[in-house]
Amino acid sequence: MRVMAQLGMVMNLDKCIGCHTCSVTCKQAWTNRSGVEYVWFNNVETRPGQGYPRRYSDQETWKGGWVRTARGRLRLRAGGRFKKLLSIFANPVLPNIRDYYEPWTYDYETLTDAPLGDDFPVAQPKSLISGQPMAVEWSANWDDDLGGAPEHGPRDPIVERIRTESEDKVRFEYERAFMFFLPRICEHCLNPSCVASCPSGAMYKRAEDGIVLVDQDQCRGWRMCVTGCPYKKVYFNHRTGKAEKCTFCYPRVEVGLPTVCSETCVGRLRYIGLFLYDADRVTEAASVENEHDLYPAQLELLLDPHDPQVIAAARRSGIAEDWISAAQHSPVYKLAKQYRVALPLHPEFRTMPMVWYIPPLSPVVDRLTETGHDGEDAGNLFGAIDALRIPIEYLAELFTAGDPEPVRTVLQKLAAMRSYMRDVTLERPRDESIATAVGMTGGEIVEMYRLLAIAKYEQRYVIPTAYSGEARELEELGCSLDVDGGPGMVAGSGPFGEASGRPLPVSVETFHALRHRQTSEELADPGEPGARINLLNWDGKGRPAGLFPPRRTASEPESGTADPTADPRPDTPMAKDRP
Amino acid sequence: MSGVDVLLWGVLPYVMVVILVSGTIWRYRYDKFGWTTRSSELYESRLLRIGSPLFHFGLLVVIIGHVIGLLIPESWTDAIGLSEHAYHIQALVLGGIAGFCTLVGVGILVYRRRTSGPVFMATTRNDKLMYVVLVAAIVAGLATTVLGTGIIGEQHSYRETVSPWFRSLFVLQPDVASMGQSNLEFKIHTLIGMLLFTIWPFTRLVHAFTAPLAYLFRPYIVYRSRDAGPATRPTRRGWDRVG
Repeated sequence: MRVMAQLGMVMNLDKCIGCHTCSVTCKQAWTNRSGVEYVWFNNVETRPGQGYPRRYSDQETWKGGWVRTARGRLRLRAGGRFKKLLSIFANPVLPNIRDYYEPWTYDYETLTDAPLGDDFPVAQPKSLISGQPMAVEWSANWDDDLGGAPEHGPRDPIVERIRTESEDKVRFEYERAFMFFLPRICEHCLNPSCVASCPSGAMYKRAEDGIVLVDQDQCRGWRMCVTGCPYKKVYFNHRTGKAEKCTFCYPRVEVGLPTVCSETCVGRLRYIGLFLYDADRVTEAASVENEHDLYPAQLELLLDPHDPQVIAAARRSGIAEDWISAAQHSPVYKLAKQYRVALPLHPEFRTMPMVWYIPPLSPVVDRLTETGHDGEDAGNLFGAIDALRIPIEYLAELFTAGDPEPVRTVLQKLAAMRSYMRDVTLERPRDESIATAVGMTGGEIVEMYRLLAIAKYEQRYVIPTAYSGEARELEELGCSLDVDGGPGMVAGSGPFGEASGRPLPVSVETFHALRHRQTSEELADPGEPGARINLLNWDGKGRPAGLFPPRRTASEPESGTADPTADPRPDTPMAKDRP
Repeated sequence: MSGVDVLLWGVLPYVMVVILVSGTIWRYRYDKFGWTTRSSELYESRLLRIGSPLFHFGLLVVIIGHVIGLLIPESWTDAIGLSEHAYHIQALVLGGIAGFCTLVGVGILVYRRRTSGPVFMATTRNDKLMYVVLVAAIVAGLATTVLGTGIIGEQHSYRETVSPWFRSLFVLQPDVASMGQSNLEFKIHTLIGMLLFTIWPFTRLVHAFTAPLAYLFRPYIVYRSRDAGPATRPTRRGWDRVG
């Protein structure tokens, strides 16, 4: 047994409202550059829908992931090493920019420059790829909220597959339609086919936390990773000629902060934590014969962090104590393995993805109530699960390679939780038979409810820092004045006043600033050095308390920084330097 | 043997090697991020799928042909009973086909670069210069193959002029006289070739130096430890690791 640690994420789809805040903040943080205009490390897809890029999950076309050969071995679907090198001069299955979308901007200048005329000037869309005027016909979210579903919906590969079984399961008429949202990031797989596809060896899985990254200095732009990834989450920067992908926000995660997408999720539906897994058995688990066994095999890989044998093996592998402890408190381990309500996305690609999803329980209570039933009665709920608006078959194609049984079990657990918690809330005697019907105990159900419904920041994100084991080596923090309240404790401030001493790493400064903002009860006190006002909350009018430091009294000597509220003095050197 | 001959065939080759080697080392050390194929397949793939393999595979055969023609002495092929005439026939047929494929391939690629809007937008001046030199080298090379083997004009046995000179370069005693006896087509092709290798490190052609042959031998999944963390930085005085 070779124990390795893996950062994982769980998303609770019941809470996703499709607001795209995760996508937008991620884009602002990571891909707001030229060459990656079309790149969405995080995107939110409406299901049923084609996804981004179009029909990416159809591996007959895109050849991503692994296949099991007749001899029981794993082979890259796009071909082995020799085939890769032979097709290196023109990758035969690379998506075209039109399979994503042609990024564009608008010709805003004509709005102000247009000569006086009878017509209103219009800002024409202009392609960011060719610079020419273009007709906007597709984008990353063209079929958002089922927009154009009668036309685009039937092209969803999953819809195509389950329609061959039953025409009735998926309908796009308004009255019978269903939809839910699927936020997607890189899966940071245990058996990543993008890494295996990279001819240069530039892609790698970090040994410490399992994050899959691209070494930008070693990438030569052969583009095999784009084909290799079945989730199409490796993108090609067409300006730099290098591959780029979701980094699991490693600069944030290393200092214990959640990813940008998780931090900004308004539904608080994302959970981040550690898995401990047995690296020696990954290939074996990924090559089980029956696709339906892939999900159980993946669960088998995840080790119980409370098991003394596992702990001993983890220590032998050099995993630090605080990482083991973080694995024991990991929300993702609880949801995926202990309660078994989180499922992997498309396990049939055999990459062992590490972003898990709690499938959505459709608005079932209201529906039952409408038909005159007790909508929160466990028996009624269990009975209704097969008649849910979102067909189980659809969810099964997404999460369990088409096996409906695990999905049904998860939905029953979620239904049981509602029913059981109703008795708790109404202070009625708890009906333990509801819990046992889904193989759980009442205590477990309450714990799961707390994690899913009311878990705080610290319970949703249990992220061990990269450095605690090496704290002594963290030279920037190594300051003898680090006592509580001492100058060394304040970010950005050294022993000789503000900004003196060695510069702080940005990550450390951000960490302190964010923690301060999240944990302090009142507005930042401007008298306190290092405190900040969040300008994003300021509407630009008036002057909120704490925006400026307090006025100095006349008796106090003038210091170097001018009081911004005072009259501007054009003769000071600072004012001269300004344009 | 004139002074010009000494300059062209005794000095220039070494200047070219110095620039090629030092330029490549410099580029690798200071511009690893720019070391890429700069693929434009994302914009256009229909023409690329025909032109690029045609060009690259043709070029690989051409390179093998150069290695055989330049490095293997005539006496060796004589020894295995391959006549001068037979050697020229196979060189003409194989070299001609490969050279033609290369030329057609690069022709398709240049056409694509000019006519496909996004690809043309992504073409730098550096690329244009490189294409001119590259196409010139291919055309001149193809001319030597066709002309030098006696189909048109007089047959020229480059294995008695160019090849001895090429081999003599490696022992640092350039046989300038041999090269001086070669004909004009070969001299032009050789000069353009040297120009191509001189600009090589400063163009996108560097991607050829990192052909990923190691892919055949490495394990599929690559693991790497987190680097550039505080632990790998030099420790400050007084903070040395204990134990």
